[in-house]
Amino acid sequence: MTDDLEDLKKLMDAATPAPDADTKALNIALAQKNFADLQGSRDDLRPTSDRPRRGVFSGVRNMLDALNTRAGLTASTALIAVGLVVFTPIGQNLLNPGDLTEGGVRAVAPRDDGQQVIGGRETKEEVQEPLAKSSSDLDALIQDLEVSVAPAPQVEAIEAEALSDAAAPSVQSAPAESFATGAIVAQQAAPSDRRAMRSLPVSPVVVADESVAIPAPANTEAFANEAPNPVKVTGDDPVSTFSIDVDTASYAVVRNSLTNGYLPNPEAVRVEEMVNYFTYDYPAPTNGMAFQPTVSVTDTPWNPDTQLIRIGLQGEVPEMADRPPLNLVFLIDTSGSMNQPNKLPLLKQSFRLMLSQLRPEDQVAIVTYAGSAGLVLEPTDAGERTTILNALDRLGAGGSTAGQMGLQMAYATAASMAREGDVNRVVLATDGDFNVGLSDPERLKDFIADKRDSGTYLSVLGFGRGNLDDATMQALAQNGNGTAAYIDTLGEAQKVLVDQLTGALFPIANDVKIQVEFNPAQVSEYRLIGYETRALRREDFNNDKVDAGDIGAGHQVTALYEVTPVGSPAQLNDPLRYGDSAQVNVVSDELAFLRLRYKAPGESTSKLIETPINADAASDAGFAAAIAGFGQLLRDSSYIGDWSYADAIALANATKGADAFGYRAEAIQLMRLAQSLSE
Amino acid sequence: MLMATSDRNLALAAAGGDAAAFSTLLERQYDRLFRLCFRLTGSQHEAEDLTQDICAALPAKLQGYRGDAAVTTWLYRVAVNAAHDRRRRHASHTRAAEGWGDWEVNRRASDADTAQAVDWLTQAMRALPEDLRDTLALVLDDMTHREAGEVLGVSEGTISWRVSEAKKQLAQIRAAEIACTGTTEAP
Repeated sequence: MTDDLEDLKKLMDAATPAPDADTKALNIALAQKNFADLQGSRDDLRPTSDRPRRGVFSGVRNMLDALNTRAGLTASTALIAVGLVVFTPIGQNLLNPGDLTEGGVRAVAPRDDGQQVIGGRETKEEVQEPLAKSSSDLDALIQDLEVSVAPAPQVEAIEAEALSDAAAPSVQSAPAESFATGAIVAQQAAPSDRRAMRSLPVSPVVVADESVAIPAPANTEAFANEAPNPVKVTGDDPVSTFSIDVDTASYAVVRNSLTNGYLPNPEAVRVEEMVNYFTYDYPAPTNGMAFQPTVSVTDTPWNPDTQLIRIGLQGEVPEMADRPPLNLVFLIDTSGSMNQPNKLPLLKQSFRLMLSQLRPEDQVAIVTYAGSAGLVLEPTDAGERTTILNALDRLGAGGSTAGQMGLQMAYATAASMAREGDVNRVVLATDGDFNVGLSDPERLKDFIADKRDSGTYLSVLGFGRGNLDDATMQALAQNGNGTAAYIDTLGEAQKVLVDQLTGALFPIANDVKIQVEFNPAQVSEYRLIGYETRALRREDFNNDKVDAGDIGAGHQVTALYEVTPVGSPAQLNDPLRYGDSAQVNVVSDELAFLRLRYKAPGESTSKLIETPINADAASDAGFAAAIAGFGQLLRDSSYIGDWSYADAIALANATKGADAFGYRAEAIQLMRLAQSLSE
Repeated sequence: MLMATSDRNLALAAAGGDAAAFSTLLERQYDRLFRLCFRLTGSQHEAEDLTQDICAALPAKLQGYRGDAAVTTWLYRVAVNAAHDRRRRHASHTRAAEGWGDWEVNRRASDADTAQAVDWLTQAMRALPEDLRDTLALVLDDMTHREAGEVLGVSEGTISWRVSEAKKQLAQIRAAEIACTGTTEAP
């Protein structure tokens, strides 16, 4: 019987024809096409952050979802596009100047048979007239559209086609980019409309891509934070020690949440990062110091019986003309989750901005990681812009995230680029989704710390929301002597990668630690605002082996203490009945004594700076205090009493100053948003 | 086994959205897939159609691949299921042309397969009930009974029984054919 089977097998093998080569090619091509299609559509289902489903556009979106015929969808799309032109400020800008003439009009009805299309009424002349001086004509047009659109499912296919033809040129032929973007925003009825609108003028491409991936809500974000620092009794615990933190990621996350219409997760709020987002008027360091501490004492805005000590550090701005060459390895996450307009496309644009800041002698390499890691761009001189830009453009998202492999490859590339005197840095850009290959975060940290000691630093740029792993980002950047920034708009990219590029990339002082010893004769209680994730043990201050934060060129760091003077009614802890254990040995008027330790880059022993904090160093903490108060409000801090958003807004407005870049004005706007959202 | 291991990695990468991995995997498996399709259907024409069906649906199916079965086992399962789907779609057609008639219709549709022995084999395969045919197609493709059982979702014992049953029926067909030799020349 076995022989039978063998015979049969032989027969079968002989009978089996070879696959037809052409058919094979066709079938494989079909499969590849389907595969590609599937990657595109899959992102619809992927978790993302753009949570705002509330608001004006959700109704429109529901309507679009309900209208399932092609005609209905197309018709409503055209309607919204027209609506945007008429009712939004961007649209109005288009209408007001005389330059929206033919293009805009054609956008609505370019075809000869236009009058047939729109409700069968004679609208052609109306439309092709030089554009309406007022919007009333357009209103009439909209009504016409509505007439024809109202029974949308019944609209015949031909009408729909005509309408879509009519709508389509509005994307291509509109005279201003923002108009095109507006139309696209309408088409997708973006759930993230607010953010999209905000970024309209600067990033049309970003928004255009949004039509590809309409996000669905689901959230796997993780934030690094600790409980707010408690009030400490000077008598029991007179010394406060922490590492500085120049990150600003938390502020951008807060901003992204608020502009999307919801209060941020209190875990996401790190007050010190919000305060450090802004620059303050600190004196520049003199006579070769790496940075200059500035100390001031002022009344606490939210408590009349306490005082606010502000410690400001201003990093020196080295002569950039003779800065050392820079070797940058961009490590770019191209996993499937990056295929969203506020991720990979924004990333590309951000790096394009940054590229303009580099010198010809700088070198750039690009490593991507997804299912597997790959060197996309060999180390290339920054002068060869076209090569670099082409490599950037070719990046596409797909696959899962093998972060660790990517990191190893990036470091290997950086090592191959290293030359004597160069500054080496890996810039990791990710949405934080290290879901493959990272089995042990501790080992990853060790790996990065090890590379840091060998001179290659790591900065982390976070993109997008949804699976932003803030905790991992923080951990990586803190271990890599780098900064973690969260980039939600091209504006933020400008701030981080252009305005502050030198600070982000050129360290001037490593392992900067701050220790403040309070004088129990003057201060009964104190509380450090923020820096919860940066607390150090008292004994670690003098231990040069303990890692701490770093200051880049021109960086500023601000730390705020709220202190309760002895005898103040604001004192929270009652004095001990049997007296303090601590004896006051030195009678002094000083409020506290500030010690700073830092290492010059490349050195392993630290230098010490000491300065007393006197009560008469009165100055205005001003805007920093307003932001600190804002952050504490967002964290639901119990220490600010009934101080409110309104107070924060008033204080911020009063202390806004020149605000050349508008960052502070934006913060005030955020406060106003938070105020509304919290009610 | 080295090949199988790397197939598995390719499939997992493809399941995660890696297009290059998907292409490599398909290139590697296509001939094998086609061979099985031929054995499941019995004609080059149908085998090519079936392969096309599978290729079209493969990307979506692949997303469900978790790496717990060997790629070939998984792929064969996909192929067998696709063959079933195809048969179900042609159910009315098949009902009208059971067994030899089925083959007859197909023979007219495709003018290939003229060699006598091949004709016999094709006829014989087509004369078998579907479950036996599938089983035989897999076993003749160098699959062990256990692997074939995994693909078809039945126990190893069932496969062994089916194989012996198929052999029995093939012997009967052969006997019947010898008894009436004119059959193959039916119009």
